[in-house]
Amino acid sequence: MSEPHPGPLAGRTPETIDTPPETTTPTLSPSIESLPSLEDALALGLTRAEYELVCEKQGGPPNHVELAMYSLLWSEHCAYKHSKKLLRTLPTEGPHVVMGPGENAGAVDVGDGLACAFKVESHNHPSAVEPFQGAATGVGGILRDIFAIGARPIAVLDSLRFGEVASARARYLLDGAVAGIGHYGNSIGVPTVGGEVYFEGPYEHNCLVNAMALGLAPRERLVRSAAAGPGNVIVLFGASTGRDGIGGASVLASTELGESDILGSAPPHGVEGHAVKDKRPTVQVGDPFEEKKLLECSLELLEQGLLVSLQDLGAAGLTSSAAEMASKGEVGIDVDVARVPLREPDMEPFEVMVSESQERMLCVVEPANLDAVQGLCEKWEVRSAAIGTVTDTGRMRVLCDGQVVGDMPVRALVDDCPLYDLCPQKPSEAIYPAPAATLPPETHAPSEVLLALLASPNIASRRPLFEQYDAIVQSRTVRRPEQADAAVLLLQRNAARARAHARDAMRGLTPADTGGHTPDAAGPTADAPSTSTEAVPALAVSIDCNGRRVAADPYRGTIAAVLECASNLACVGAEPLGTTNNLNFGNPEKPHIAWQLTEAVRGLGDACRALEAPIVGGNVSLYNEGATGPIYPTPVIGMVGRLPDARRAGRVGFARAGDAIALVGPFAPSLAASELAKLRGEPLPDGLPEVDFEAVRAAQAAVRDAVRAGALSSAHDIAEGGLAVALAECCLAGGLGAAVDLGEDLWETTRPVPPSRGSVSPAPPAVTALFGEGSGGFVVSAGHAALRTLGEHVRVRSIGTVGGPALSIAVGASHAELTLEELKRAHGALAELFP
Amino acid sequence: MKFGVLQFPGSCDEIDALDAAGRVGDAEILWHGDRALKGADAIVVPGGFSYGDYLRAGAIARFSPVMESVISFAADGGPVLGICNGFQVLCEARLLPGALLGNVNRRFIFRQVDIEVVNADTSFTLACTRGERLSIPAKHSWGRYHADEQTLGEMEDAGQVVLRYAAEHNFNGSARDIAGVRNRAGNVFGLMPHPEHAVDELTGSTDGLKIFESVRLAVEGAHV
Repeated sequence: MSEPHPGPLAGRTPETIDTPPETTTPTLSPSIESLPSLEDALALGLTRAEYELVCEKQGGPPNHVELAMYSLLWSEHCAYKHSKKLLRTLPTEGPHVVMGPGENAGAVDVGDGLACAFKVESHNHPSAVEPFQGAATGVGGILRDIFAIGARPIAVLDSLRFGEVASARARYLLDGAVAGIGHYGNSIGVPTVGGEVYFEGPYEHNCLVNAMALGLAPRERLVRSAAAGPGNVIVLFGASTGRDGIGGASVLASTELGESDILGSAPPHGVEGHAVKDKRPTVQVGDPFEEKKLLECSLELLEQGLLVSLQDLGAAGLTSSAAEMASKGEVGIDVDVARVPLREPDMEPFEVMVSESQERMLCVVEPANLDAVQGLCEKWEVRSAAIGTVTDTGRMRVLCDGQVVGDMPVRALVDDCPLYDLCPQKPSEAIYPAPAATLPPETHAPSEVLLALLASPNIASRRPLFEQYDAIVQSRTVRRPEQADAAVLLLQRNAARARAHARDAMRGLTPADTGGHTPDAAGPTADAPSTSTEAVPALAVSIDCNGRRVAADPYRGTIAAVLECASNLACVGAEPLGTTNNLNFGNPEKPHIAWQLTEAVRGLGDACRALEAPIVGGNVSLYNEGATGPIYPTPVIGMVGRLPDARRAGRVGFARAGDAIALVGPFAPSLAASELAKLRGEPLPDGLPEVDFEAVRAAQAAVRDAVRAGALSSAHDIAEGGLAVALAECCLAGGLGAAVDLGEDLWETTRPVPPSRGSVSPAPPAVTALFGEGSGGFVVSAGHAALRTLGEHVRVRSIGTVGGPALSIAVGASHAELTLEELKRAHGALAELFP
Repeated sequence: MKFGVLQFPGSCDEIDALDAAGRVGDAEILWHGDRALKGADAIVVPGGFSYGDYLRAGAIARFSPVMESVISFAADGGPVLGICNGFQVLCEARLLPGALLGNVNRRFIFRQVDIEVVNADTSFTLACTRGERLSIPAKHSWGRYHADEQTLGEMEDAGQVVLRYAAEHNFNGSARDIAGVRNRAGNVFGLMPHPEHAVDELTGSTDGLKIFESVRLAVEGAHV
């Protein structure tokens, strides 16, 4: 180890903590004198014009360290070059918003002096190369964003897309991603409480792995990432730094995955054509055990008020976090790579600056607190090192053992990256091929169609996936996956409630007091009213997006996704407070993708404004496109809401034989872009039916209030597969049959399917009534009186009664009759994907 | 009475165990690095991934300073409850017979399971009745209980098999559907399902309270 550099860092030196022997000083490669060329810049993803702008900002060509840092910070992934202008159109203010976009995560006020931080991010490209670590580090990264602003992570949700299940590659990616998410979430002790997965052809070569996380913090303890106070010390703490993920942000995230990346053949040409084995080391490796220590250490540092600011290291590692901290604080930063604890020998300065090794945090500390900070890190067995200083130069300087190896204006690095206007153009013909038909044309009998839909990969039960996730650690989970349309989590951990129960427990429990036994679904059916009387506030969260609908109509499809989340929250009795989103799209430089992106963001803004659920943060993942074309445009929506009393949280399952079943809301089913249309192999239509926004919102409010009043036994949003599938799901979740009759004239006007490009015979009204899809439809069960009062606020049509061993549905002359056993067997189809 | 709940780097369910124990008595966290048990009347070795499950689940935690005190506490007859990773730690420390191997399907599984009380007169099942079914969640990837046939036979005869998975609820392949066992002396007990996650109707069921309540009855009964 070289002698520490005298100067402001002369206090504690890395040697005082038992740095592992293999830590060595970065070597100054001989090429430091010869400057990189234009070709080097192009190879790193910069365009010629961008390279010339860098030279102008630097007052001459950049050296290797500078070029590497510009190439990362000016990549699409970090600079949002093609989306920043569009994102500025989104609503970000609102009465509940405590922290908006621009920080590590956004946050909303959830009452009781608490703020809920949440965000969704993507690890799509790494997961396509190595699904287990790609997905695992996706969870690790989003969790760091949450505790970087001082919130304790309380939940994770995942949103996954793969190719059709017939593809061995899709099954390989699914198995790896689910195992990776479980590995990380389960090990670090944060429950995975919800999620979604879709299997569609366009995701075959470009899978999507989006991870969302929620955290809670006292309102006043939320911390910003702006560096401040020239002379303050920059401390890097957490894992040591290696070469994993080098260039992850620019090499992977901002380029299309070439054909060769998938098949592993030699790279045919140019930038994108890296062979898979070249990119494998660029996938970061995660260590949940290290992050658990880092999490507890970070929260304790914040609790003791020892930090001026805190930032996690994510894409582009030290380069991005140091530069962003400096930019937000309008200060300069000096970083000496020789002080960074390394885990690999002879790493070059630029490698230290761009490494994306996981489980690392950067903070700003007043010199007087340095000892306390490093002492606390030692307690949690977390490595820490003072690696730099805040300056007032407004410049980002990289030193190597005291010698300057990189010197750039912070503003140029973070703010001056050129932003590009999109040139959207509606495609004249279909972009996506019609899906392969999987339902034989002669299958028309409603019973057979319902079984086929229940067994189809986009509808079948997700239990084989979520059974690999711990959904209950931290004892907050009131509604587990498949028990309700949204996850429900206690605002206060059981401790507060424990004291109430402790008083009751003193009376002693008699042995005969056995708990209610659960039917097939986890958790008892009816909530025994807990002894303490005061309400128990809770959070609700839902994540959703049907990419196929957005492909058919980016504007209305995105609105449908936002409405779907709000309907899910309404079904548990929660009111939306804020929204996050992950925009997964193809190559924005192509006009038709630019059109998808522009229309989707317009829909997102209109829907969030109307629902008063502003955007508090999110992420953009572009270039999700391969040789076989782009993915479906997939704006994944994550929405957080609040319900006043968890004891009244809604459920999906029918709960009481004899309850009346009703169809609630302005539900106008259409087979356009529906799951049934897909099973029939029909091409995507050009447009979706109009959505009566106000009527849907009124229905959501009416259902929410009825659930909060405890008037409904169950509430379920009608989604893929339409009314028939929704009814089957309510039967399966509650373990009870139902007798339903939709009557003759129920469907005065069945919505005509807009002219799709292919020739499609118009479906008989009964098929549309049973399997048509659309926003704003709910299936609820309750006593007759409760339905009457609900009917005063919204359109309520009584359609049947809960009870019996089977689900029977009559509509006009058609009739479907299936036992619970038959429904269950079809619904369990995905189990075979996890032998 | 007071429960001492151990906390290792990597523990996940220690706060859940603290809350659960707190419903029937006092409860305090005991940091793995300290030897003091701070006057605890019973010890809970919680669930989670102590030391990241490096080497083997529970293999390192068993050597921590606090475990040295727990071993002598157990030798003196003090009640020790090991939950999931805690059960693995107690097996690694040889306080309980047998071992926990990988689940048969090689995956982590979380599932609400029914378990049957086989032996109701232990310090951990006093509040239950023989044959009673408890609905308690299980979540682990290394939960397959294993011991050689001879040991299993001896354990059954000595009443050391305390809990079994009910029919069709043994998802990990445990020998003889064993879900929880006690040592010969009867003061050390380990189980894979998580009773601390079944203490509140709102989050699932209250059947798990009975395990903590039994310990209270045993400790306070012993003092009378």
